[in-house]
Amino acid sequence: MKVGVNHKPMKIAGKIWKFGSDVDTDAIIPARYLNQSDPKELVKHVMEDERPEFCQGVRKGDILLAEKNFGCGSSREHAPLALKAAGISCIIAKSFARIFYRNGLNLGLPLLESSEASEAIQEGDRVRVNLTTGEIFDLTQKRKFFAKPIPTFMQDLIRDGGLIPHLQKRGSKKNVKYQSSHEVMNRR
Amino acid sequence: MTITEKILAVHAGKRHVVPGELLDVRIDLALGNDITAPLAIQAFKEIGAKRVFHRDRVVLVPDHFTPAKDILSAEQCKVLREFAKAHRLTHFFEIGEAGIEHTLLPEKGLVLPGELVIGADSHTCTYGALGAFSTGVGSTDLGAAMATGRLWLKVPESLKLIYHGKINPWVSGKDLILFTIGDIGVDGALYQAMEFSGETIRSLSMAGRFTMANMAIEAGGKNGIFEPDEITLEYVKPRAKRPYQVYRSDSEARYVEEREYDVSKIHPQVALPHIPSNVKDVREVGKIEIDQVVIGSCTNGHLDDLRVAAKILKGKKVAPSLRLIIIPATQEIYRQSLKEGLFEIFLSAGAVISPPTCGPCLGGYMGVLAEGERALATTNRNFRGRMGHAKSEVYLANPAVAAASAIKGRICHPEEVVG
Repeated sequence: MKVGVNHKPMKIAGKIWKFGSDVDTDAIIPARYLNQSDPKELVKHVMEDERPEFCQGVRKGDILLAEKNFGCGSSREHAPLALKAAGISCIIAKSFARIFYRNGLNLGLPLLESSEASEAIQEGDRVRVNLTTGEIFDLTQKRKFFAKPIPTFMQDLIRDGGLIPHLQKRGSKKNVKYQSSHEVMNRR
Repeated sequence: MTITEKILAVHAGKRHVVPGELLDVRIDLALGNDITAPLAIQAFKEIGAKRVFHRDRVVLVPDHFTPAKDILSAEQCKVLREFAKAHRLTHFFEIGEAGIEHTLLPEKGLVLPGELVIGADSHTCTYGALGAFSTGVGSTDLGAAMATGRLWLKVPESLKLIYHGKINPWVSGKDLILFTIGDIGVDGALYQAMEFSGETIRSLSMAGRFTMANMAIEAGGKNGIFEPDEITLEYVKPRAKRPYQVYRSDSEARYVEEREYDVSKIHPQVALPHIPSNVKDVREVGKIEIDQVVIGSCTNGHLDDLRVAAKILKGKKVAPSLRLIIIPATQEIYRQSLKEGLFEIFLSAGAVISPPTCGPCLGGYMGVLAEGERALATTNRNFRGRMGHAKSEVYLANPAVAAASAIKGRICHPEEVVG
């Protein structure tokens, strides 16, 4: 699979919010707020029980760092939706729960797996991420880590803001029909 | 190939698949509920889809916050209702004929052995008890699947879990799965298919199998699955309205790992806060007083579960100031419980009986916890704040332990209440 030749490398920089292992989707967005799905409402309660200062303190571009199994539990897409709406630009973890991983990428939220980065990077560090190469650079500690790069077709999803805008953008106006990301991947 | 690989291969139109392979699969059934379907319907509209891939194969069940707990929940249900009407869906279940989705669908014969089901709910893995491949997805995936009837999936590696030995009194499928999660951890089967097998499983009831497959996600599993046998077919035959195919793993099928459990050494289990893998033998949890007991959910709201609870509660009273909430999982289970006289036993014991709903399991309503309160529940998750206040606690156990503990006012072995 070729790296997107027509695109500039995707780079992200932000401040780190560090979390532990097995952060579940109930912690990310408690079910009591799931009687609606408006990102503007969800964002007011993101990580409310887990870390009450998060939703006030988080700034656009900030990066979330976690240990293993991030996003376990419920399949609620409201969880990555709320994190994205809060301004989180990327999540780096040792591992992700599988439904959260799918949901995050479908919403255009970059997710990177790196045990080294998860262990070494500290709360508040400024970090720069190159999504094209998987390079993670801790500007505070001046240390570099590598995650497995996000597959090209998923980079395209992220660039377009998620699966839906991706399909809207790439579908012809005459025949706007859904193509699964697998088809998209084969096409490239 | 394993049973999981065989089902995936057939649905991808392939003869052979291997773990790690990406497939574009055909879906037999796509499911959504009142929390996840509104976002899926939004995605469905945004991609410009005009109609669902098959009006018999898209199922909507409002069950989480129904009967609607507030105006916003009512609005969400309305979105489902209107979509179902516009697309003339055969299977939209209004509350009078509904129940908790994962107990309802098998009961109605909507999921059959060998099928491939996706649902925007993590406990969609429940249907593996029928020998189907089923897995949870998010709303965007569901929206796209409702339009196309297809989805991309990666073939998971399979983890074989083998149970043998005689099952102890008051031990059920819940204890086997809690013990397993305690053993392998909440990410012990991450991205994997959990295949439950062994002589103990062959004599396990369908209710017990549904409970085990249901909690595969609590070990991070992609799906949980059982090879169909006589017990499965006895359950399926009177319900099935279309042909189905039974698959079994080949003797030379490859597994990432095989783990064996001697169930004669497993006693009723309790998962302590705040993670389902924090499991102990009920006799080792110490004196833990509780404020509330919930018997129900997609994990343990089956008729068998309520019968066990009734057996223990018969002629007894719940502890003073303890709240016992019993939630039959479907209208059919509700009707049958009433007919069998279970409700009389529950009411006399001082329990309250709720209509079918997910309700308190996810801290929605119908039994939400206040600060500092502690509940024992037959549900599937005990994450911080899962049933209410962030400073409340949830302990997970089987229906027998739950009923006995409701009588004692503290977590106890059923033997303390009945000999």
